[in-house]
Amino acid sequence: MRERLLSLLVALVLSLAAAAPAVAVQPDEILADPELETRARELSSQLRCMVCQNQSIDDSEAELARDLRLLVRDRIEAGDTDQEVIDYVVSRYGEFVLLKPQLSARNALLWATPLLLLLCGGLLAFMAFRRHAHAATPLSVEEEAVLEKILKEGD
Amino acid sequence: MSVELGHFALVLALALALVQSFAPLVGARLGHSALMRMGEPAAITVFGLTAAAFAALTFAYVQSDFSVLNVWENSHSAKPLLFKITGTWGNHEGSMLLWVLILALFGALVAAFGRNLPPTLRANVLAVQGLIATAFLLFILLTSNPFTRLVPPPIEGRDLNPILQDIGLAIHPPLLYLGYVGFSISFSFAVAALIDGRVDAAWARWVRPWTLAAWAFLTGGIAMGSYWAYYELGWGGFWFWDPVENASFLPWLSGTALLHSAIVMEKRSALKIWTVLLAILTFSLSLLGTFLVRSGVLTSVHAFATDPSRGVFILAILVFFIGGALALFALRAAALTPGGLFHPISREGALVLNNLLLTTAAATVLVGTLYPLLVEALTGEKISVGAPFFNLTFIPLFLPLLAAVPFGPLLAWKRGDLLAATQRLQVAFALSAICSLAGYLLIDRASALSAIGMALGLWLVLGAVTDLALKAGIGKVAPRMALRRLVGLPLSMFGTALAHAGLGLTVLGIVCVTTLEVERILVMRPGETVEIADYHLRFDNMGPFTGPNYTEDRAAFTLFSGGVVRGEIISSKRLYTARGMPTTEAGIRTIGLSQLYVSIGDNVSDDGLVVRVWWKPMVTLIWLGAVVMMVGGAVSLMDRRLRVGVPAPRRAATATAGKSAR
Repeated sequence: MRERLLSLLVALVLSLAAAAPAVAVQPDEILADPELETRARELSSQLRCMVCQNQSIDDSEAELARDLRLLVRDRIEAGDTDQEVIDYVVSRYGEFVLLKPQLSARNALLWATPLLLLLCGGLLAFMAFRRHAHAATPLSVEEEAVLEKILKEGD
Repeated sequence: MSVELGHFALVLALALALVQSFAPLVGARLGHSALMRMGEPAAITVFGLTAAAFAALTFAYVQSDFSVLNVWENSHSAKPLLFKITGTWGNHEGSMLLWVLILALFGALVAAFGRNLPPTLRANVLAVQGLIATAFLLFILLTSNPFTRLVPPPIEGRDLNPILQDIGLAIHPPLLYLGYVGFSISFSFAVAALIDGRVDAAWARWVRPWTLAAWAFLTGGIAMGSYWAYYELGWGGFWFWDPVENASFLPWLSGTALLHSAIVMEKRSALKIWTVLLAILTFSLSLLGTFLVRSGVLTSVHAFATDPSRGVFILAILVFFIGGALALFALRAAALTPGGLFHPISREGALVLNNLLLTTAAATVLVGTLYPLLVEALTGEKISVGAPFFNLTFIPLFLPLLAAVPFGPLLAWKRGDLLAATQRLQVAFALSAICSLAGYLLIDRASALSAIGMALGLWLVLGAVTDLALKAGIGKVAPRMALRRLVGLPLSMFGTALAHAGLGLTVLGIVCVTTLEVERILVMRPGETVEIADYHLRFDNMGPFTGPNYTEDRAAFTLFSGGVVRGEIISSKRLYTARGMPTTEAGIRTIGLSQLYVSIGDNVSDDGLVVRVWWKPMVTLIWLGAVVMMVGGAVSLMDRRLRVGVPAPRRAATATAGKSAR
């Protein structure tokens, strides 16, 4: 525990010192199998660097991010599926590490917002059109006659 | 001495902003014209005084006057002059002063050019503008005074954050603020109209040029920020869905919606209530963005100098203006009469769809940005909402919008003919499909997804061209006649076409670079060559270099294609000595519309160097597209019918008369 705290602290200091980040994946981390490496990159871009400000571990220079990248690659090489890797990382670091929050009751509103708003907005617009369609009833026979008279007078 | 004068000017500006807030407001209520007219000189003087204060601060920066706390914290005598000047707004206090300066500028512009506005409307607009200025001047003077002295003055300053010492930062904040704060005018117009209880087509005509100008600046500001992040942060990303980026993107989304709904209101006097609400919401989002960035409630790539204690003050400003405006809206909205009727398939209908998708997209980004804060505040748990979430939600909302764009201008007002519009767009559709198919077949990295994306971008560009061609009657009338008609088209039509085409270019750039990018990460030794796309890059040597306030290790590369030297690329690791802060300076070579991006990392073993090289196809289109959008906005603004604050009086009068007759 103390070790982990210490490494966190060191990583924090390091990440603050290197406020100008550069792409982080080091040549020695790259997996030999390009297919696995692609999966690792894809997964890394979904995981947050815990000690950085809104950066994925794929973008971060922090030591902790490197550890996490290596961990992801270890799991992939061990034969984990993408979901298993994610689950493993979440079980160790908590949901904070996910840049795409899980579908859960707590996050329901977050995920539902786009759909809910689109439906509500669409419904409102639809109702407004319906109302307008009713409002624009055709002219009665008398009105037509009056209109015709006015138009003739205009000539 | 000049520092104290600047401070004094700012206090005076506050006093006059109070006059600007209340004199015209009371005058408009009592029908007292002399009181109403006091708003104009007050607004112009507030601008003059704020400008004087800003000049005083800039002067202190240029002189490296370290007896001023703000200068000491953010400047250094060895810094190049340009960055001494731009450092003025490269920190919290200075950037807030710039914010207020631009706010006052817009107030002064309304005062100077709004002579043909109805007197009560003009008085109320200036009053609301004055109130906003008062709030933010108070904020600066009470919590973020840039003129605080430091005793005893230190010999040397602490330097500006190195990643801000860049030409991009010189331009980014002023442009961004011109957009952000420019929406205050739309807001003031909306609130003034609600106070007046009168919103008509003429109102939309007056408010549209201001919105257009703010939108064009904001477009430029966001693009500039994106390009800056692209080359300065050293990993070639152009958009990170960072909360601070979102904060500037939100007013852009709702501002774009406002721009379109105001057209419906001006031309057809429909969507009034919605347009007024959007005008309020857009500036509210600007205020929210200011709060998020300046309060330090977010900590992100961008949150540089922040102080949480200020958050409460801005939050109070936020609640007062947003709450007040929405309350006024709730009270008065019912009194606004609905306007012209229209069929769902019509120009109006298309603009409603535009608004629906844009506002939903804005709400999605807003909720995504605030959700982690909410969850943490309510449950104490921490979650992250980042790029994968936004890509998954925002893009599906934006795709149908993009696909629908070319149809909009081809539909008639009131009742349009979708089939006819589709037929007219056949050529554009076929061409974009063929081109993207050709790209798919010729480029081996291309996926089906990239082909569809490219087709969409081309569709937007060709759709805009089709619109102009149809309006000029190309193919229908003799070429000479068509040319004459094309030249004679109203400038606002060119503006629309340019803005839509620019959007298409940006989409094209984003699609190409995200789907076709090539990356190489490797260790290189001098003399070694790496192959990327159709190029070879040779690492020549590494050497030290000393700049005015930094030292750096420069790596020199030579670029070859087909055995021929195409030029040299320098990429470096810099150390800013004052703060001891390292930065990476990417080496970028533009080839056509694409770029080769070289970034260097750590040294390994004796002479090995970690090198990262990207081939970024069509990447420059992302920002060129934004420039084209900006030009579109500017061209629209030059349209005589829309020129800032000059709605030809006679036409405005007939519009109003026509309305009352109805």
